[in-house]
Amino acid sequence: MHFAEPLLLQSGASLGDYTLMYETYGSLNADRSNAVLICHALNASHHVAGTYEDAPKNLGWWDNMVGPGKPVDTDRFFVIGVNNLGSCFGSTGPMHTNPATGKPYGAAFPLLTVEDWVSAQARLADRLGIDCFAAVMGGSLGGMQALSWSIKFPERLRHCIVIASTPKLSAQNIAFNDVARQAILTDPEYHGGDFYEHNTVPKNGLKVARMVGHITYLSNDDMAEKFGRRLRNAAETPGAGRNDYKFDFGVDFEIESYLRYQGDKFSEYFDANTYLLITKALDYFDPAREHGGDLTKALATTRAQFLIASFSTDWRFSPERSREIVEALISNRRQVTYAEIDAPHGHDAFLLEDARYMGVVRAYVDRIWAHITAGEAA
Amino acid sequence: MNFEDLSTLRPDLAFIAHWVGDRAHVLDVGCGDGAMLRYLEKGKRCSGYGIEIADDKVLESTRRGINVIQHDMEQGLGLFGDNSFDTVLCLSSLQMMQHVEALLRDIVRVGAEAIVSFPNFAYWPHRVALLKGRMPVSRSLPYQWYDTPNVRCATIVDFKELAEECGLEVIEYVALADGKPVTFLPNLRGSLAVFRLRKKAKRA
Repeated sequence: MHFAEPLLLQSGASLGDYTLMYETYGSLNADRSNAVLICHALNASHHVAGTYEDAPKNLGWWDNMVGPGKPVDTDRFFVIGVNNLGSCFGSTGPMHTNPATGKPYGAAFPLLTVEDWVSAQARLADRLGIDCFAAVMGGSLGGMQALSWSIKFPERLRHCIVIASTPKLSAQNIAFNDVARQAILTDPEYHGGDFYEHNTVPKNGLKVARMVGHITYLSNDDMAEKFGRRLRNAAETPGAGRNDYKFDFGVDFEIESYLRYQGDKFSEYFDANTYLLITKALDYFDPAREHGGDLTKALATTRAQFLIASFSTDWRFSPERSREIVEALISNRRQVTYAEIDAPHGHDAFLLEDARYMGVVRAYVDRIWAHITAGEAA
Repeated sequence: MNFEDLSTLRPDLAFIAHWVGDRAHVLDVGCGDGAMLRYLEKGKRCSGYGIEIADDKVLESTRRGINVIQHDMEQGLGLFGDNSFDTVLCLSSLQMMQHVEALLRDIVRVGAEAIVSFPNFAYWPHRVALLKGRMPVSRSLPYQWYDTPNVRCATIVDFKELAEECGLEVIEYVALADGKPVTFLPNLRGSLAVFRLRKKAKRA
């Protein structure tokens, strides 16, 4: 969907003319009370669920959560997935033509914040005729957007579902993000962000960035179990005087092979400028900042009911971070349900199938549906 | 769940519900399946939160529609501010706690009033079992000694003493048998002890 009216951004810059890619599932009911907005994290898109006729293998990133009969049941709800501005899946981003210059934006593309994305999503909601969402939900960076919705537009959502997220990044989180950014920024193919004009891509930088990021998505135990110290080309009978190390800087260990493969794959479809700006949006997110660091004050304006969920082995956005949100909501006497899921898969758990996780989300979303049907009957 | 259902299914909860004021802000520590808090919300227009650690009970509570916070009570009630509740319930949970005294102090810190219940170890069938040389197994203590989650056994008299030591005022207490109060020889004839407590007023 195209938007001609400029969007004023938190940085002071504005985006004059832009497009938002979105997908919808299910149908909007007569009183427009069953809309659910799904916010995506770093590398995902508007393609939340299902596949396309011409791309049967392109499964939506939250297909285990959203769809007919799934916890967020598209036979009941009208679900919207939207690709955020600056991303690289169709919404206006650094790879698109800057109308002011006729050349790709590149480095000239403005930096965006979580709040800017939420403002853009609200405009999409306006156009789709949705005054109030039944729920806004997301995991990780998507959870930050949901939380931001509850602060910025308290009257426009009845429920806010925040999974594996945080009210702000820690110094360690920012440090990992900056290592990733440095990998891209120092790649000679980056050309100060204008690599499009040089018909090249800073693939190596992007690959290393993804490798660093990927480490933070997995738990130590999960990595130990999946890869351990296993060698890529292990001899049939290790030890016994046999030398199966390669003694070079190629791939020895399975974990090296896995991360390099993930990095390579990522660098083929993802945009380097998008990676930079999204990690920066993560770093900047801190709704308590304008309240002297007081999250309770930051959440004082919220009106929604909340489901907060975290995963025990997530060390990127640990349960402690989710508990900070819960504590601030309780201080404001907000309605909140909090589930701390004991799951082995680290931060990635929010995307994976887990009976306890899916069970709690399903139970909560069923409640939302019960309220909607009760409202219709009344 | 209405009051009649609660009386039939959980007579002890139905009795305790009388002690909770209308529209009270309530914290239910160890809320289990959420039945009590749900009843208080529906029947007495109360608000509040339940705390529960077990996954299956968190799920049941979520289904019931109460605000359940998955949390280990042994970690204390740091999530909650001083005097933030009218009533804190801790029903048939205290005896499973490692740190009873610390939790008790935290309960009265966050609430103006507390209602605490636990199985009365001095209930006469328990005494009879011990006289026979066996650990008691009853409806209120349904476990074998080797698999019981109840790590703290107390009698009405014992608990009164601890409450005093923790600086708590016992507003009233009652011993229940099958959900009905027992007035004659309560420490002998009651299977469930229920205490209503509050912080002792500080002397000027």
